[in-house]
Amino acid sequence: MTVATATVTGPARTRRSRPASNLTAASGLGLGVAVLWLSILVLIPLIAVVVAALEGGVGTFWAALTDPQTFAALRLTVLEALGVTALNVVVGTLIAWVLVRDEFPGKRVLDVVIDIPFALPTIVAGLVLLSLYGPASPVGINLVNTQQGIFLALAFVTLPFVVRTVQPVLLELDVDAEEAAASLGAGRLTTFRRIILPSLLPAITAGASLAFARAISEFGSLVLISGNTPYETEVASLKILKFIEGDNQAQAAAVATLLLLVAVVVIVALDLISRRVARRG
Amino acid sequence: MADQNRTRTQRGPVTLVLRFVVIAYVFVLVIWPVSVVVQRTFAPLNGQEGGFGAFVARLSDPAVVYAFSLTGTITFWAVLINTVFGVGVSLLLVRYRFPGRRVLSVLVDLPMSVSPVVVGLALVLAYSTGSGWFGESLASIGINVIFSTPGLIMATAFISLPFVIREVVPVLEEIGTESEQAALSLGASGWQTFWRITLPSIRSAVLYGVVLSIARALGEFGAVKIVSQGAAFNGETATLLIQNRYGNFDESTAYAAAFVLVVAAVLAIVVVNLIRKPEGST
Repeated sequence: MTVATATVTGPARTRRSRPASNLTAASGLGLGVAVLWLSILVLIPLIAVVVAALEGGVGTFWAALTDPQTFAALRLTVLEALGVTALNVVVGTLIAWVLVRDEFPGKRVLDVVIDIPFALPTIVAGLVLLSLYGPASPVGINLVNTQQGIFLALAFVTLPFVVRTVQPVLLELDVDAEEAAASLGAGRLTTFRRIILPSLLPAITAGASLAFARAISEFGSLVLISGNTPYETEVASLKILKFIEGDNQAQAAAVATLLLLVAVVVIVALDLISRRVARRG
Repeated sequence: MADQNRTRTQRGPVTLVLRFVVIAYVFVLVIWPVSVVVQRTFAPLNGQEGGFGAFVARLSDPAVVYAFSLTGTITFWAVLINTVFGVGVSLLLVRYRFPGRRVLSVLVDLPMSVSPVVVGLALVLAYSTGSGWFGESLASIGINVIFSTPGLIMATAFISLPFVIREVVPVLEEIGTESEQAALSLGASGWQTFWRITLPSIRSAVLYGVVLSIARALGEFGAVKIVSQGAAFNGETATLLIQNRYGNFDESTAYAAAFVLVVAAVLAIVVVNLIRKPEGST
């Protein structure tokens, strides 16, 4: 422990003279511990995935992804995620709108219910959907092992993202501009398209990115509902599980690397969006 | 605020249609399915008896008790680690400037969008005894990560890593450093300043993050599935139990365990709303 203290605070002390850093001895030690833990928990394991994927060379990596069955799973995942993101952009914005601008009894309950898919364990989410839309459905709809079933599960787990990013922006939005537009003869649709939509756009984009990332990587809620039939209802995350269970770690790592790449792109994009919004004030 | 909203609302047919569409969507997607699960938990199912007594009996099955206590242990350690780590990293990110700060802030957000299956695979590739990078050396000093509790804790900690940080960082940014500076100039040590000034002002943000982390940790499934043996009395957490029982035609127990997790999730949402509400009204 004392050795670690010396090695970590050493560079921090020398850096203190530079304006780039204002770390003290204690905070330098804290940073060292934090980076060490983050490396053990997140960084090294994720690097291990990328290394395992590229161990056999880029050719093997590419071959793993373009294997017809894997490619079909990837295509289905991306298409489902895009569809569900589009749905969320429209319905999520709508829900946020109703929650902010409308008043009716039970609105508070609706507001709380939006969080349920976020807090519910994913396997329970799958079970919940199966109980109404599964084999013993009281309404006679059985979506097990169908692409609609996957879509339903993804719509369930991604419900809160757009709502929760758009809602606070809508709350803060100044109504003066809307009223001015309306008083100048703009219709509701024009006011929405020209005044409201532009201010909501960064929030909608952020929510949509989160929803897309979640849909691409979703696993738990799909385990029970997707029958996992190759070429038809097999998604990327379930494909990875199949590879791991078949002791095929290189191919599992190849698909995982692709999912990881999407995750990194989304996180960096969100970082850029929030920075741009912050700069505009 | 509510009054302002009311005067602003134009209750035309469009408003009513939108309201109806939104309520119908949320009802069909969330409310109805959840209520069916609640109903199935207590109704007779596949010839097995229903009612509260049967529900309690299913939950007192030793395998179920084991699963929930394992989930409890994992959640406790993962959330404890994430809370200490989260508060520390938030302080570093907001109060200090150092090279690589932005990379660190992006990195702690990463677990939000990494697939749980990828998390599981990553931990296996790094730490499994058979094929992992550090598996052999850890095994030689008697530590097994994968297929044992440390691996489950790590998987859960990974998945719920950003929650505390995401709540604490904005609050730290907002409160600024004036009180801390004042305390320091009056002779308080860094530690005293943290306990007496900083911590009380971020308390509800920390609590909020902790509740979210608990909810996420209790329900973790994908990452846990890959790093766990997943058999009864051997690494079977509550969520794995639900999958196993559902697959083994013991739906009643699956529903009973799911019901407990639904209640925990709803409780977490309610607590979060209670924490958030007083802050919003001030």
